[in-house]
Amino acid sequence: MFRYILRRLLQMVLAFFGTTLIVYALTFAGQGDPIQALAGERPVTPAQRAYLTEKYHLDATGVGGFFYRYFDYVKNLLQGNLGESLTGRNIGDILQQAWPVTVRLALIALAVAIIFGVTAGVLAGIRRASIFDNSTLVLTLLVLGIPTIVLAPLAQYFLGVKWQLFPPTAGSDPTFYALLLPGIVLGSLSLATALRLTRASVAENLRADYVRTARSKGLVKRRIVIVHVLRNSLIPVVTFLGVELGNLMSGAIITEGVFNIPGVGFNLFRGIRTEDGPLVVGIVSVLVVVYLVSNLVVDVLYAVLDPRIRYE
Amino acid sequence: MRVRRLAAWTALPLAVTLGLAACGSGGDGGSGGSDSSAVSIQIAEPKHLVPTNTTETSGSQVIAGLFSPLVDYDAQNKPYEVAAESVTSTDNKVWTIKLKDGYTFHNGEKVTSQSYINAWNYGAYAPNGQDTNPFFEKIAGFADLQGKAPKAKELSGLKKVDDLTFTVTLSEPYIDFRTTLGYNAFFPMPDAAFSAPGVLKDSYEQAPIGQGPFKMKGTWQHDSKIDVERYDAFPGEKPKVKNVEFRIYQQLTAAYADVLADNLDVLPTIPTESLSTAPSDLGDRYKTSPMSSFQFLAFPTFDKDYSSPDVRKAISMAIDRDEITKSVFKGSQTSARSFVSPVLPGYREDTTGTAGEFNPTEAKKLYQAAGGPSKIVISYNGDGGHKDWVDATVNQLKTNLGVDAVGSAEPKFADLLTKVENKTPVGAFRMGWVMDYPTMEDYLGPLYSTNGASNYYGYSNPDFDRLVKEGSAAKTQDEAIAKYQQAEDILAKDMPVIPLRFGENVFGHSSKVKNVEMDLFQRVNLVKIEAAN
Repeated sequence: MFRYILRRLLQMVLAFFGTTLIVYALTFAGQGDPIQALAGERPVTPAQRAYLTEKYHLDATGVGGFFYRYFDYVKNLLQGNLGESLTGRNIGDILQQAWPVTVRLALIALAVAIIFGVTAGVLAGIRRASIFDNSTLVLTLLVLGIPTIVLAPLAQYFLGVKWQLFPPTAGSDPTFYALLLPGIVLGSLSLATALRLTRASVAENLRADYVRTARSKGLVKRRIVIVHVLRNSLIPVVTFLGVELGNLMSGAIITEGVFNIPGVGFNLFRGIRTEDGPLVVGIVSVLVVVYLVSNLVVDVLYAVLDPRIRYE
Repeated sequence: MRVRRLAAWTALPLAVTLGLAACGSGGDGGSGGSDSSAVSIQIAEPKHLVPTNTTETSGSQVIAGLFSPLVDYDAQNKPYEVAAESVTSTDNKVWTIKLKDGYTFHNGEKVTSQSYINAWNYGAYAPNGQDTNPFFEKIAGFADLQGKAPKAKELSGLKKVDDLTFTVTLSEPYIDFRTTLGYNAFFPMPDAAFSAPGVLKDSYEQAPIGQGPFKMKGTWQHDSKIDVERYDAFPGEKPKVKNVEFRIYQQLTAAYADVLADNLDVLPTIPTESLSTAPSDLGDRYKTSPMSSFQFLAFPTFDKDYSSPDVRKAISMAIDRDEITKSVFKGSQTSARSFVSPVLPGYREDTTGTAGEFNPTEAKKLYQAAGGPSKIVISYNGDGGHKDWVDATVNQLKTNLGVDAVGSAEPKFADLLTKVENKTPVGAFRMGWVMDYPTMEDYLGPLYSTNGASNYYGYSNPDFDRLVKEGSAAKTQDEAIAKYQQAEDILAKDMPVIPLRFGENVFGHSSKVKNVEMDLFQRVNLVKIEAAN
């Protein structure tokens, strides 16, 4: 087990540098004129252009320039320095500020997905073809069909502005309550998927041989469902939620924008919009780590849920 | 079983690590609503807060509160002295600036003429990479501060006379110099801002020290907010509110929702999506006021398709501006038929003459006679909400000129400019301009002069250049305006660009504030604003 985890961690180092290289290459190739992008529609002064070009080595172009800038970046990265964004802010500081609020949002979303999605999924799986099952089917289809870009402003308008149940925006340092609405909106998509997955899995496992055996042994239904069926049904759900945690953090661009949460998604969007290469690479590097770690957690959880799975 | 236990113990710390990161921050997110004289104003994350490095609206809104300008502009947009006692010159070349006594920086330091000289030298010194660098170019000795290794560190044109007086020698006479002094590039900076002469402290930008009506409360909280409070030792007109929170929003729509819910007090720009519903949503809290923005359609005049002024005039006559401002912009912009903004002294209506009037039959005749291209392309940046009006314009051209016309989106304005600079054929392209200070020269110079900073369309007319130069070297304002107007008449003949629309501030506020006014630079007047009740 230890050897397995050690091996995975070593692989992570390799994957990390591989992805930063790819992301760095992509932003490098896609870069037009970051100085003009920064200035917006104003003409850029020669003094400003010369200053920024020198500071960020923007005159290093071509393959040689790429490797020069990439190794410069990696060298700084290994010293714990993520560099400066084009507006002169320390990227480490930006990330330090952006991550906590995004992680809180993602965890709320994940909690919403687990508490409501898995519970409703189990109930729907047990009472297949009941009214509850059919109505959750309709509801989840509806949620899956509405993209966040519609759902988020609608929720904001009705729950935040019209009925004033929640604050319409959360801001950078929000209370748990202010993050609840964005968290529910963000989590609703995962909720729907988790519900469908759990329902299918539970419904299938209820017909398995070991359930019939347990039932014929005379076990009470609650024990069958909780100990036998649920645990075996959770494997696909855990896989999904593990990967979803990464998605929730990186994919919150729309939700963070609508509810004014200056987290990772927004900074990523800003970095892409202003062609701020160092900022994009910095954020994506950390996202890669999140994906790698959450995948490792999922793999280890398999062994907890299913004794037949062993890692050597 | 052992393996499973082990796995559980390994999974736990990993999960906890992920979870712990979540608990990093907490605390209150409230905006201190208990103090009734606190107002909140929407801004975007400023790029910089050093006066000599601030050119966009959000940063300029904040430092307008922290600093007090030498001159400000009255209702006719003519300059009057604020922090200056007088700004005078006999020959428009050597200017004497006398400061009012009694101004202090927020750290208690006295404002002297040296505070201005230090700040301006810092801004003009090219290796500092300050964004407002070109605003100092008219001061003598500017050229010596340019390049990678400049010859000098200080402008030779700035001379301290005594603690409250200094002289500015320009390289040539410039009538509008007094007017330009209202721009934030010309704010002073205290000694405390510099770690050594000419070297700005890194920490200064996080909490700029000014001499204005408000001082920083804490530091710049990036992506979150900037809090300022009233500076009681300010000798000028005192603000009515004690605290102002500049709240940073990423999207205007989010800020709009907050204004509707009374969660935010002032939204300086109503988002385009909400323009049609805003008047009914906000009632009398929906406001408009003049500002300086100018939208126009530029032509690559070096491209033979568009090199004839008649072709450009015909296209102009085929566009129904009023229809577009009404249907696309819901009246939030007005039709433009002149080359400078209506807010300026010297503005005249309809300087484009017949070429600005919508006249499809004449347009078609003229277009065919001048041999215009059979396909017109209008390029624009796809990230700025320009698609709707470009599509409408293109449709009008199709109908009225009987030609093929398409809109072509570039991802960003920078991409569009790169193409134009490389003379890649992009067809006609959209451009916009907002002024830095209210003079006609601030439009005519950068936009239409041969060497204008924003003249991307290759327009060059020696007569025009000469008139603008003569205007800025004129003895009196009236004489200058007469020259500028003559120059504008040349533009009307040459039609290098087609004026389309003038902008307005379209803003809204919550029910918790009153007396919300906005200036020509899209900034909320922080002295006038008051808490309601």
